Amino acid sequence: MWLQLIQDPNLRWILLGSIFLGLSSGVIGCFTYLRKQSLLGDAVAHSTLPGVALAFMITGSRNLWGLLLGALGTSLLATFLISYVTRKSRIKQDASLGIILSVFFSLGLMLLTIIQHSSRGNQSGLDKFLFGQAASMVRSDVNTIVIVSIFLLFICAVFFKELKLLCFDFEFAKGLGLPVILLDHLIMLLMVIVVVTGIQIVGVILMVALLITPATAARYWTDKLHVMVIISASFGVISGAIGTLISANVRNLPTGPVVVLIAVCLFVFSLLFAPKRGLVVKLLLRKKLRFLQQNQLLQQELEMEAKHEY
Amino acid sequence: MSTDFWIILIGTLVACSCSLVGCFLLLRKMSMMGDAISHAILPGIVIATLMMGSRNSLAIIIFASLFGLITVFLIQMFQQSGIQSDAAIGIVFTGLFAIGVILVSLFARQTGIDLDCVLFGEIAYAPWRRFSIAGIDLGPQALWTVGPVFLLSLACIGLFYKQFKICSFDPIMASLLGIPVLFFHYLLMALTSFTAVAAFESVGVILVVGMLIVPPATAYLLTEKLSKMILISMLIGTLSAIGGYYLAVFLNSSISACMVFISGILFALTFLFSPTHGTITKKWSIRG
Repeated sequence: MWLQLIQDPNLRWILLGSIFLGLSSGVIGCFTYLRKQSLLGDAVAHSTLPGVALAFMITGSRNLWGLLLGALGTSLLATFLISYVTRKSRIKQDASLGIILSVFFSLGLMLLTIIQHSSRGNQSGLDKFLFGQAASMVRSDVNTIVIVSIFLLFICAVFFKELKLLCFDFEFAKGLGLPVILLDHLIMLLMVIVVVTGIQIVGVILMVALLITPATAARYWTDKLHVMVIISASFGVISGAIGTLISANVRNLPTGPVVVLIAVCLFVFSLLFAPKRGLVVKLLLRKKLRFLQQNQLLQQELEMEAKHEY
Repeated sequence: MSTDFWIILIGTLVACSCSLVGCFLLLRKMSMMGDAISHAILPGIVIATLMMGSRNSLAIIIFASLFGLITVFLIQMFQQSGIQSDAAIGIVFTGLFAIGVILVSLFARQTGIDLDCVLFGEIAYAPWRRFSIAGIDLGPQALWTVGPVFLLSLACIGLFYKQFKICSFDPIMASLLGIPVLFFHYLLMALTSFTAVAAFESVGVILVVGMLIVPPATAYLLTEKLSKMILISMLIGTLSAIGGYYLAVFLNSSISACMVFISGILFALTFLFSPTHGTITKKWSIRG
């Protein structure tokens, strides 16, 4: 059955798009995870919505480049506002994230309902951006996603060494004379771009999961960054591909939640069965230790007894 | 009474009960926990609706609050096992919300919940879903879910105000004084879950998240006293509910979204012009 599905040319294209999205978000997710900026992605993803709606209102069409530019604009504005509010007032970062996230998202929903109530609103299909609908992509959309993803991966490969240093030892990187602030902004920019390209497949509400979950799962398996990046990317690819296939075959099932669910399954698998850090291994180790301890106690007791008799 | 009045009243009640717990969440730097809980209760709501076969409010509140507490528990477990707190929150709430959305999509016909109503809620129709006992009409049903939860939070926080206050500002001192810090932590989380569930049904997830975070943060920039902060936060929530309703009528747009948007504007004004903490006022006072 699955082979038949893959032979459908349209689905093959869509699958290609989600595979590339999973790849790039898995890679970039590692860096945002290690820079402890995971939830920033949530705010960025939510704040793409007003941009998408505004771009549709201005251009009147669903051209993906236009929508992506709008999304990029508002999400960059949101990132700036979050850091501005955190720096200039006594509000902590998590609260300013929450403020910007909810206010931008509500603005987006306001515009969305206005579009839907207007005459041409019903054909806009913008509500598909909320939870994602991979099946609604056309070939040019897929091309856009693939091109942007390759660009992002290229940047990551070029700056891999610098980003690695930044993630593990910020002060040391600074001491070496690396432009740390600029590199930090680069990670943020990469994240914004990957989120923006992903909103059509996964949707603005759950896009952040594709950044966080594969990277966190990959962290269980290794201590080396390049291995973590590869594992996280493969988890991203698996969740993107399987999620797209399932949602394309069930009516009215948005893609985003299915993709996220697959990613969570991979996470739980890693949580349980990863070598060294997995729960199962830890439990076995604990049991073994207790066994050894008891053995030791027993031995000591026997020795004492032996001495006593002596 | 007119529908305007009921909608504004429900919006105000939601805003006030969210403000009440939101202030403590903000002070404990747990605002994103409120966001996580209000997303993660969705599967609980859907499963309870499917099991009960109707939208029985009490069952939904109890069952979905359970999911809220599970969320808190899971997040803490992951944090203790070495995952960053950001990532732990992100994984748990997106995972549970995803399950909820899938259930909603698959069982839309059986539950009568659709994806739009998850986000926006049904505040526009709330005045027509009546609550009646023995044939006597007692007003909209939403009022009877949000109202009691508001009173419950008010009672809990009123009774243990001092304990909550010390736990938020100085948990170490609280434990030295013999206050069961962990108990109050879980009590606050339970109240947050109750509030989120009760509000979710009538106003959707955006209004809950917005009202949990934005009005308390605005009040935080206006005062140094906790009691005043809670009152100001409620006042701002009320203003947002009223302003948001009329903006939504004017723009023919979503009511919940407009309410959050107005609270965002009030926050922006406070951020710039607050007498003690505003960025522009600070600049002026330096120049003067």
